[in-house]
Amino acid sequence: MKQTITVTINGKAYSHEVEPRLLLIHYLREVLGLTGPHVGCETSICGACTVAVDGRAVKSCTMFAVQADGRQVVTIEGLAADGALHPVQQAFWEQHGLQCGFCTPGMIMTSRQLLERNPSPTEAEIRHGLEGNLCRCTGYQHIVNAVKAAAQAGK
Amino acid sequence: MQPFEYANPTTVKEAVGLLGNKWDEAAVLAGGTDLISLMKDYVYSPKRLVNIKNIKELGGIRADKAGLRIGAAATIDELAESPLVAKNFPSLAQAARGVTSPQIRNMGTVGGDLCQRPRCWYYRDGQGLLASPGGRSLVTNGENKYHAILGNGGPAKFVSASSLGPALIALGATLTLQSSSGSRKVAADKFFVTPSAEGSREIALLPNELLTEILVPMGGTKNATYEVRQKEALDWPLATASVALKMSGSTVSSARVVLGHVAPMPWAATQADQFLAGKSLTEAVAEDAAKAALSNATPLSQNAYKVQLARVAVKRALMAAAGARG
Ligand SMILES: Cc1cc2nc3c(=O)[nH]c(=O)nc-3n(C[C@H](O)[C@H](O)[C@H](O)COP(=O)(O)OP(=O)(O)OC[C@H]3O[C@@H](n4cnc5c(N)ncnc54)[C@H](O)[C@@H]3O)c2cc1C
Ligand code: FES
Ligand code: FES
Repeated sequence: MKQTITVTINGKAYSHEVEPRLLLIHYLREVLGLTGPHVGCETSICGACTVAVDGRAVKSCTMFAVQADGRQVVTIEGLAADGALHPVQQAFWEQHGLQCGFCTPGMIMTSRQLLERNPSPTEAEIRHGLEGNLCRCTGYQHIVNAVKAAAQAGK
Repeated sequence: MQPFEYANPTTVKEAVGLLGNKWDEAAVLAGGTDLISLMKDYVYSPKRLVNIKNIKELGGIRADKAGLRIGAAATIDELAESPLVAKNFPSLAQAARGVTSPQIRNMGTVGGDLCQRPRCWYYRDGQGLLASPGGRSLVTNGENKYHAILGNGGPAKFVSASSLGPALIALGATLTLQSSSGSRKVAADKFFVTPSAEGSREIALLPNELLTEILVPMGGTKNATYEVRQKEALDWPLATASVALKMSGSTVSSARVVLGHVAPMPWAATQADQFLAGKSLTEAVAEDAAKAALSNATPLSQNAYKVQLARVAVKRALMAAAGARG
């Protein structure tokens, strides 16, 4: 039986009838057209689908949309304010923290949580904090540089 | 994924009323990080999911006279970040921080970690928990480098996947299981079992029961966990050891050494416990205790390497506990 859910996404409240088995990633991409979060592995390994639910980074491919009922979801689309990139987005841009960009929305959402909790992370802490996100292009060094630069910019 | 009915209770009483007497009737949905992957792969298709994340009484971590009370729906992240846990039970905090990736720790719950199903690839491929279609073990005859090296004499060859189980057993925790007809308390070391028949489970939980709380007594032990992993990211450990030591001065008065990811259940290494009692903990003693812990190991064709990894885990956990504040 379909369930009615109300979810605040990037600051705006949405209400939909959904099947309980609809995954959050599919709700975001297919129902709401928010294609920023990507589907990489669909098995909670790669982190490309990472979004924030009530401020915490989670993998939206292994979560039902009904589990987001009543909660606040932020996707990569919700970061830039008034046309200005979020500091983490800006740093990824400046430090070449991406090549193909497939992993980037997830990387940025996880980096954002990392910096919120630890505004001056060491390189080891950055690498550890991003252990749930895979990148096939960059070799990670530029991603680490980007997070360092975002931390610096936040000071 | 098969369709299912979704129930969203707000009290424990309501939740247990929605569970069934068979596993396919209903399943508890906590964070969903394990359950949803099994459902996606059609390994498990319960008819109803009972969401427990909107039940307030199942959340939170607090301490009272009896000890530390962890709500079953508290997240692994809450456990990893709790100053109360870090101060009294570094072994538990270390095990929680080890669970791979911030995203899984944010979503996964303590109860879900204890009840998660094994990661044996034959099981996840739909070949059954014992992976013995037609009575022939796919594990002993196949790819077994991540399988059990202890307690594997029966048909179960998988390893218990829980990182928190060994730490909770070493610390003497008690679990509360609630059904609509009442509640029972089970010691953590009785919660995990080695199944001997296909269809039975690796934990003592019954289909109509909800794990509600984990109580860890304030034991005044020196405790630590050490994990050996293939790499930092994405996978479960290859071998871990959680130890809790009661000390009198520099002498161990009693010890509990529990290994993770080496047997179908967290493995109580009682030979090590006996060896350590009455000794003062030096590196040489820790090394001999590690040898004792693995003395009964029976590795399969591809996993003898895990015996040495587990020995290292025991030795390093013991040394870390000895160095830790008591
Ligand atoms: C990439 C990855 C890496 C991981 N690495 C590790 C690791 O290193 N160490 C480790 O220990 N784990 C690891 N895990 C597993 C993870 O810890 C579990 O998936 C998580 O703890 C499960 O919690 P959950 O709340 O999401 O449970 P769910 O998926 O909701 O439930 C899991 C099972 O437990 C049952 N259940 C849950 N709560 C209760 C309850 N209160 N009462 C009765 N039954 C209940 C469910 O019915 C289901 O059968 C990893 C997972 C992934 C995807
Ligand atoms: S798509 Fe969700 S973790 Fe890969
Ligand atoms: S930039 Fe291509 S996957 Fe990371």
